[in-house]
Amino acid sequence: MVKRYGALTAVDGLTLTARRGEVTAILGPNGAGKTTTIEVCEGYRAADAGTVRVLGLDPARDGTALLPRIGVMLQSGGIPPAVPVGEYLRLLSRFHMKPQDPAWLLDITGLTGSARTPYKRLSGGQQQRLSLAAALIGRPELVFLDEPTAGMDPQARHATWDLITQLRADGVSVILTTHFMEEAERLSDHVVIIDAGRTVADGTPATLTGSAGQLRFRAEPGLDTDSLLSALPAGSAAKESPAGHYLIEVPGGTVEPALLAAVTAWCAERAVLPSSLRIESRTLEDVFLELTGRELRQ
Amino acid sequence: MTFAPAPGAAPMSRMVAAQAALETRTLLRNGEQLTLTLIIPLLLLAAFSLEPLVSFGGGYTRIDFLTPGVIALAVMSTAFTSQAIATGFERRYGVLKRLGATPLSRTGLIAAKTTTVIAVELGQTVIILLVALGLGWSPNAAGAAIVVVPLLVLLGTAAFSGFALLLAGTLRAEATLAAANLIYVVLLGVGGVVFPLTKFPAGARSFLELLPTGALSTGLRDVLANAAVFPVRDVVTLAVWAVAGIALAARFFRWE
Repeated sequence: MVKRYGALTAVDGLTLTARRGEVTAILGPNGAGKTTTIEVCEGYRAADAGTVRVLGLDPARDGTALLPRIGVMLQSGGIPPAVPVGEYLRLLSRFHMKPQDPAWLLDITGLTGSARTPYKRLSGGQQQRLSLAAALIGRPELVFLDEPTAGMDPQARHATWDLITQLRADGVSVILTTHFMEEAERLSDHVVIIDAGRTVADGTPATLTGSAGQLRFRAEPGLDTDSLLSALPAGSAAKESPAGHYLIEVPGGTVEPALLAAVTAWCAERAVLPSSLRIESRTLEDVFLELTGRELRQ
Repeated sequence: MTFAPAPGAAPMSRMVAAQAALETRTLLRNGEQLTLTLIIPLLLLAAFSLEPLVSFGGGYTRIDFLTPGVIALAVMSTAFTSQAIATGFERRYGVLKRLGATPLSRTGLIAAKTTTVIAVELGQTVIILLVALGLGWSPNAAGAAIVVVPLLVLLGTAAFSGFALLLAGTLRAEATLAAANLIYVVLLGVGGVVFPLTKFPAGARSFLELLPTGALSTGLRDVLANAAVFPVRDVVTLAVWAVAGIALAARFFRWE
């Protein structure tokens, strides 16, 4: 799929398949094309090239058939500021044949006490929760959640994760974008990392993070990593990044006791005491930064 | 309870009724909108009919001259000014965008807005007519007025709505607010609402009678005070404005 805004190409030949019944997370730095991709799928704008099908329908042409079947949570706003929370959900419920009970949705999103509060007087996290409830009112088959937990406190974030897990369990397909790698790792069956409008990685969280074992420790900066590497079993990799943070990786393998012993022996020879020594596997965040770089985005 | 999917759009009529009910409630709760649509017309009606601030000429009593003009003003305030401002801010806050992702179609949304405007106009007209009757209004109308007055009001509503949506759908919300209020004040002054167009020089007068407010107030006054059966020129003028306004809005309105 390709989408241009004037001279700017926001989505540049992106390919993505989200399977029914799964939670698909779209990750990418700001400006990568996440929101544009989702908004093309929601029918807000037509792609300039390529083919887009959502539930087998063309969102740009078959909106009348598609819109009743999907739930949409925009990144921000879209709710009339002066309208009370409960009234807004009751309005949306009147647009559907078998809507959810608005009172139940208010309950599970923790908004029952705010039912008479106008949208503009809600906190940022409450506004997000109402927006989420609004996406679910029509019992959709597929929901698009654009940064669902942005601005939520930890309690609300965990409650939202539970809710998304429940959606999946009840047979709702979910496509979400997020900047929280932990969120994607916990919730999704399928992760798509995009950058500059293209797919750069695509797979389950486990396949993306791979089985690479990692050993990390902190010590004085400037240790000789080449010498360290030569002391380690073959197939390992060692680097210092940033200064004073050391990372030893075993691509395709795990950290064995012998590796740990070799590292500590090498340190002992040099009278170096490693601190914060941890053995772990690669996180989705490591993969994300590796693929999309560490530079700040404009 | 479960999230098990059971999608399906409600019938169009139910969606439109729900959206219109919400918009009407929102409008009635908004103090500024209510001032514009009800308080100002009633104040003008009372003030100009009780005190000889302006001499109207033409052999009318003050209240007989004012009532049709104030109805025209009420229609303009609801269909044009109030609708332009409300829609401009809905566009700014992404409300129109969010509705675009619901089963309510754009046609349905326009139908809901039209229903809201007509419901508010009915309420305004009833209150204005009751106050006018209390102030001694005695219409001099032919039987056809029962059809022609609603026709004039509907055509005026269509014209004002078209231009309201044209403003709201093309300008920033603040610019829409300023423009809609400015146009309201200007047309209140030169639209034959409280100041008779007969007081203007002949050339200006024939121009002002071709503006939507001038045509609506003149047409209503002909029917309600002069017992005219069918004010052809005013009906045609309003119909032309209506077609032009709706065509321009359809062409240039931007939802986001």
